[in-house]
Amino acid sequence: MTIITRRKLITSAAIGAGSLLSGCDALNRNPAFQDVLASAETGNFAVQRALGDRMELASEYGIADLSPTFRANGSRDPGTADYTASAAQGFANWQLRLTGLFRNPQQFTLAALQSMPQRTQITRHDCVEGWSAIGQWTGVPLKILLDLAQLRGSARFLVFHCADRLGGRPYYESIDLLDGFHPQTILAHRLNGEPLPIANGAPLRLRVERQLGYKHAKYVTGVEAVSSLAGFGEGKGGYWQDVANYEWYAGI
Amino acid sequence: MPEHPIIPVQARHHLTTRIWHWINALCLLVLLMSGLTIFNAHPRLYWGEYGANDDYAWMAVGSSDRMGYLRFGEMRIETTGVLGNWQDSAGKTQKWAFPGWATIPSSYSLADGRRWHFFFAWIFSVGLTLFMVRSLWNRHIQKDLHMRKDEWRPSHIWQSLRDHTRIATIRQSSAKPYNVVQKLTYIGVIFILLPLMIWTGLGMSPGMDANWPILTDVFGGRQSARSVHFITAFLLVLFFLVHIVMVLLSGPIKQTAAMIGGGRAKGAG
Repeated sequence: MTIITRRKLITSAAIGAGSLLSGCDALNRNPAFQDVLASAETGNFAVQRALGDRMELASEYGIADLSPTFRANGSRDPGTADYTASAAQGFANWQLRLTGLFRNPQQFTLAALQSMPQRTQITRHDCVEGWSAIGQWTGVPLKILLDLAQLRGSARFLVFHCADRLGGRPYYESIDLLDGFHPQTILAHRLNGEPLPIANGAPLRLRVERQLGYKHAKYVTGVEAVSSLAGFGEGKGGYWQDVANYEWYAGI
Repeated sequence: MPEHPIIPVQARHHLTTRIWHWINALCLLVLLMSGLTIFNAHPRLYWGEYGANDDYAWMAVGSSDRMGYLRFGEMRIETTGVLGNWQDSAGKTQKWAFPGWATIPSSYSLADGRRWHFFFAWIFSVGLTLFMVRSLWNRHIQKDLHMRKDEWRPSHIWQSLRDHTRIATIRQSSAKPYNVVQKLTYIGVIFILLPLMIWTGLGMSPGMDANWPILTDVFGGRQSARSVHFITAFLLVLFFLVHIVMVLLSGPIKQTAAMIGGGRAKGAG
């Protein structure tokens, strides 16, 4: 009697597990259910911003803590004719444009950016995949550029335009103004004391240290101040947000 | 007039305990399976602050052309068919670490796995907190889980462990107050393993880490916290397996019914 019951129990558990799996896949394809799941991300964003100082610095490390090799991921070389030609001359002709909702739109050469006050920080880069690498970044704080270009009151986000394409789409990312003015948010041109390698985003890469790696746009050509993210890609604020269900806020 | 005066029969399990038990069971299952999806994105574990493909992983799942393997330190165990190299439901060979039947969603999507994981992490965390507060309030913890002084005697614990290997004592246990092994196990799960999952989970968040660096500092770094998260998850799987075996041996129908309907009070049978 008990044995039959147990067998039944085990069989129904197996059937249950099977239907749970296919049920989960069905739910996963349901846009309304995806919205329910994504609502947790809104909570993550609100809670993380509410906790502690909103300008809290990410941990910084010493030279002894550096990863022996800093892993590159995503685009490792934009590979376009323009980019390759620019790389051949050490990016001397590279231009960074600040466009959109600025009172004084700006344009900088790499040399101009390098002549500004710099920040060097040794931070941990956390990839959404789970790995981490510690590297030393040197670059110009974004705040300096934003102060020069003077944001208009209607600006809410900063969109980073990049020279690389993934899967035929231009890579782009966006952050809000809080992260834009954060002291550790820099446009880096050096990694571990050397000019930034192409695989890691030469000549300019965004560092936004309290978020995951995919937010750290590489090969940056422009910063556009906007009031809404609707006009870019699918309107979700970044390449990975558009092509998959990655979250715009990548603090967790 | 009834022959005996009607006295309120106290249930074996508080209503809060029963509701939490099932919500928590669902959460842990979804968290495990979506967590394995996330793990598949980078099936390597490290100690310390950093760790990526060129760094030494103390544990890794990998695959070559024909086989899958699990590696602990220098020890490599072939796992073809289960880990690292397995057939999906269409018969196609897949090289993700954990197979589709163990992950949510069943085909690899890191972004979707993360959505499931963080949504159920909220329910799990809020549920655990409410359960703890309510169980202090209704004295479930003080009455049922509190370790009496004599229960700490090693001989007593040893005897209780031996009781768990004998079918007769296991059968009787469902009508008795929690024995010392049950108490220690439930205390360990509720107050150590489950909070540790939340702690190490938050520790992997760069945003939380900036707010509270202590999250990873206590483990010696983010990759250590990630390793502890994974180890703790599998300790919970171990708990689940032993828990299920004990339920099956001690009377699965009665036990399950008690966890749904409440059952009869401890000592009443």
